[in-house]
Amino acid sequence: MQDKVLGISHMKKIYGDLVVLKDISLSVHKGEVVSIIGPSGSGKSTLLRCATMLEKMDGGELVYLNEKAAYEENGKCVYAPKADLKRIHKHFGLVFQNFNLFPHYTVLKNVIDAPVSVEKVPRKEAKERALSLLRQLGLEDKTDVYPYQLSGGQQQRVSIARALALQPEILFFDEPTSALDPELTGEVLRVIRELAEQHMTMIIVTHEMQFARELSDRIIFMEQGIIQQQGTPEEIFTAPNARVREFIGKFAG
Amino acid sequence: MSTTTMLQLLGSGMLKTAAIFFLTLLFSLPLGLIFSFGRMSGTGVVRGISKFYISVMRGTPLMLQMIVVYFAPYYVFGIRISSGYRFTAVILAFVLNYAAYFAEIYRSGIESIPKGQYEAAEVLGYSKAQTFVKIILPQVVKRILPPVTNEMITLVKDTSLAFVLTEVEMFTAAKQIAAKETSILPLMAAGLFYYLFNLVVAAVMEYVEKRLDYYR
Repeated sequence: MQDKVLGISHMKKIYGDLVVLKDISLSVHKGEVVSIIGPSGSGKSTLLRCATMLEKMDGGELVYLNEKAAYEENGKCVYAPKADLKRIHKHFGLVFQNFNLFPHYTVLKNVIDAPVSVEKVPRKEAKERALSLLRQLGLEDKTDVYPYQLSGGQQQRVSIARALALQPEILFFDEPTSALDPELTGEVLRVIRELAEQHMTMIIVTHEMQFARELSDRIIFMEQGIIQQQGTPEEIFTAPNARVREFIGKFAG
Repeated sequence: MSTTTMLQLLGSGMLKTAAIFFLTLLFSLPLGLIFSFGRMSGTGVVRGISKFYISVMRGTPLMLQMIVVYFAPYYVFGIRISSGYRFTAVILAFVLNYAAYFAEIYRSGIESIPKGQYEAAEVLGYSKAQTFVKIILPQVVKRILPPVTNEMITLVKDTSLAFVLTEVEMFTAAKQIAAKETSILPLMAAGLFYYLFNLVVAAVMEYVEKRLDYYR
């Protein structure tokens, strides 16, 4: 299919004796919002880390927009040449649980530095783009402050702006609100919801069940390194699978 | 000994002390960074060599190291030592010694930077070199200023060890005058000089720390 942004097939990840990802296959199409839920240790974060190449997978295939980042050859997982990977890297962005903003840069510099020094976007253009992003995320009056002067919710919004500034085709969120208190969670979820309305392709690892239900085109329930169940929010939330129901029930309280 | 001669002696001693101080910093600060990379290298051999080097430099007296550096060209390579080599040997020994200390300070700084900083940079597409220079190093510099200041203050006082290679720095000059005049005053003056020198060092470093106070 032409508008397939991400294709993962038979992804495997092993730490020592521990098989964290057993066999994950997953396709995401343009404009789709996919939420991944599941208990701790189910492999959700590892899946994101392998998809964003922060971790090397041990088997399977990883494809972005028809470009193979990793594939299996003679039973071994091989990564594309460095130059290709560099290009493939531009297709995706990642928002971390604990933001990982650069503390010595102002908000504006956090957002424009990668476009300017990595992608060689002219500074003026990068700045205009950054300012419009920051305006959109309600941070226009924070451009010149440093991350430590911001609340957690604001920091997370800056980190979303930083990822968006590189204009990725797909954006990953690794538990974007887990480090925030409930009040601040709302402002970050609102931003993600706006992105969904603009048809940003996103994969979101989250524990916010209600949010996932309202926002997602598809929800994936992971456990023990495999995708136990996936479907539309309605299918998942009314799943006949007892384990899924039990898990969701815990969070719905 | 006339007062003028005394002042001249002390003055040239001060200059030599300052020269040892600045030249040592100039070369040992960057060299220390290279050793710290070696110490953290993924290659076992490089890591082992760096670790051994640091342990020898920290584990033996600087005075002995100076003697070794001075005589090694003759005993190891059979090269005749010219008297002009003395000062070079002093600087060389100081640089090699201080670089080992700085290497460990850099390492502690580099290893204290959260992994998330590297990961964020990687996902944003920064190269390894860009990540280090733009993201990691500035944060490392801020963190290591207090221990570096400590080393610098120790260095000011360590300069007096240059006397082993008969380099007449400040303290040696003061000692000579004190012996000749049978007075303790020149030594007190020397003490005051070291103290004032270190006051300036501490003030400058405090200023630099303040300048980097704009973020946390």
